[in-house]
Amino acid sequence: MDAEQLLDIQGLKLNLPDGTRLLEGVSLRLNAGEALGVVGESGSGKSLTAMSVMGLLPGLKASGSILFSGQELVNLPDKVMRKLRGARIAMIFQDPMTAFLPVRSIGAQIDEQIRLHHRVSRREARARTVQLLERMGVPDPAMAAKRYPHQLSGGLRQRAMIAMALSCTPALLIADEPTTALDVTVQAQILTLLREIREEGAGVMLITHDMGVVAQACTHVAVMYSGLVVENGPVRDVLDRPLHPYTQALLAAIPPLDGPRPERLPTISGQPPTPDNRPTGCVFAPRCSFVRSECAVRPPLTEIEEGRRVACVLYAA
Amino acid sequence: MIRSFLSRTGQMALVIFGISVLVFCIFFATPGADPTARIAGRGASPQVMARIRAEYGFDRPLPVQYVRMMEKLFVTRDLTSFVNHGQKVVPEVVSAAPVTLSLVVWAAFFWVVGSLVIGVASAVLRDSWVDRLLMVLGLIGLSMPVFWLGEVINLFTQSRWHDTWLFRWVPPLGYVPLSQSPIGWAKSLLLPSLTLSVSFMGLYARILRSELLSAMGEDSIRTARAKGAGPARVWLWHGLRLSWLSYVSLFGLDFAQLLGGGALLTEVVFALPGVGRLTYQALATLDLPLIMATVMYAAVFVVIANALVDGLYALLDPRIRDGQHGR
Repeated sequence: MDAEQLLDIQGLKLNLPDGTRLLEGVSLRLNAGEALGVVGESGSGKSLTAMSVMGLLPGLKASGSILFSGQELVNLPDKVMRKLRGARIAMIFQDPMTAFLPVRSIGAQIDEQIRLHHRVSRREARARTVQLLERMGVPDPAMAAKRYPHQLSGGLRQRAMIAMALSCTPALLIADEPTTALDVTVQAQILTLLREIREEGAGVMLITHDMGVVAQACTHVAVMYSGLVVENGPVRDVLDRPLHPYTQALLAAIPPLDGPRPERLPTISGQPPTPDNRPTGCVFAPRCSFVRSECAVRPPLTEIEEGRRVACVLYAA
Repeated sequence: MIRSFLSRTGQMALVIFGISVLVFCIFFATPGADPTARIAGRGASPQVMARIRAEYGFDRPLPVQYVRMMEKLFVTRDLTSFVNHGQKVVPEVVSAAPVTLSLVVWAAFFWVVGSLVIGVASAVLRDSWVDRLLMVLGLIGLSMPVFWLGEVINLFTQSRWHDTWLFRWVPPLGYVPLSQSPIGWAKSLLLPSLTLSVSFMGLYARILRSELLSAMGEDSIRTARAKGAGPARVWLWHGLRLSWLSYVSLFGLDFAQLLGGGALLTEVVFALPGVGRLTYQALATLDLPLIMATVMYAAVFVVIANALVDGLYALLDPRIRDGQHGR
């Protein structure tokens, strides 16, 4: 693929002030016009990775490199970051109820973002807001803009949230579990919307723990475990032929749609390690059924075939 | 809209009625005490006693007495103090009200500005030495008795250091009406209102700080940051907007209770002829009609302020406007 490289995260590490390491060196790539699904269980560092791209983690020490369209974001002064945030990189949050300010109308909050980044009058900003809401499929957008968050349904609120994120036509849209708080029909509509955004040329980073969402809305997937990316590749390949034992176990735990239903679904025994007692070797080794002596050294994320990268000794050449 | 306004007004009327009955019962229907003697004051002649008994209807049933009393307070407004040689009570309260109003408005201005600055500054600089210093100062202000502070200020500005350059401008104790001299009015109220505002400033700054800090943890603040808003905008526009509900409700009640005579100590210490000082004098001389009038006046103010605060709440938070509480 020769698409423009939008986001290139290399060895991103995050430390708490007391030295506890939250991210162990995350590496990700995202091209314009692609959607990258970042999956993993709670605490695997998906949201932390997204928030570091947004530069919304004051108090945590980041090292490594986040290149956004060639610009280094790690340790970028907040003043410069603020110009990117909301304008070039936008974010959609999980719970659209609490993500909006409850005391101001939806329209006013979208206007605010437009006016933060563009010198336009109130009237022009509102016209654009209404246009955006209409594009997001909000019925009677001019009326909806005057309403308060609690007066809209969850689906409409999430559409308004997406409208707000898209208000300055960002090159990168980060969606942190955008459908978790919604019911299934609304979820499908939101995912369709995200797909349209991607087809228009923006890069989408979709954080989720739902493989179904990844299959529906993403072109690529990165599997995270305990602060590391363990596998990365195009969605079809990874879902059809998972390489890393963790990805295999994760996919095996999803009930099959056809064929005989297993009596019990296989589970992964044990718990993921907490940041302070991560093994020095492969982070998945304590729960892995293929564990061997080489696992005592942490395997790097290596490209084993075109576009597929995996961090596991099983595939070391 | 009109319906809710009417129902609100009805509720207010009911509350005021309840308070008036209660106050009336406390002063005039206490068994074993003769209200005539109390109104007449100490050492009144039998002729005066007889006249009062007839005028207030103390020889008739209680409901009649109550109606008479309210009529004298609100309709004919000729409730007369006998302790104070036939002074009409209602005009006295009415003429004292502007003094209290000026004092409390000035004090409210100082404490709102002061607590906003202190509260926001210590929230932004939380856990730094500035924050700690401000909070300790706030605690000191909060715990300093207003009468003591007032007396100390008087001691220095009126006698000790009065002739130094710093306090030469301080006028003698008392009140100058606004209509007489606006500058004199401001001068005469500056120190009393600052004194009155100190404890409120401390309290409000502490409340604002904690509210603001908890609001800053909300998801909507994270959204504001994600939109690219700068720190000033995030704190002052988004943060304050989320956190000033309890501040506003507290302010409404305190403001009303001060207008209703709660500034009594300050008014007495600085010799301001306001409602508080009137209440103080009435209590000192056991002037029953005057006590009745000031208590009713205070009750009316607190009830009205409560209604205003509720209205303001609805303006500030659309969720309350829709009758939907919580999330």
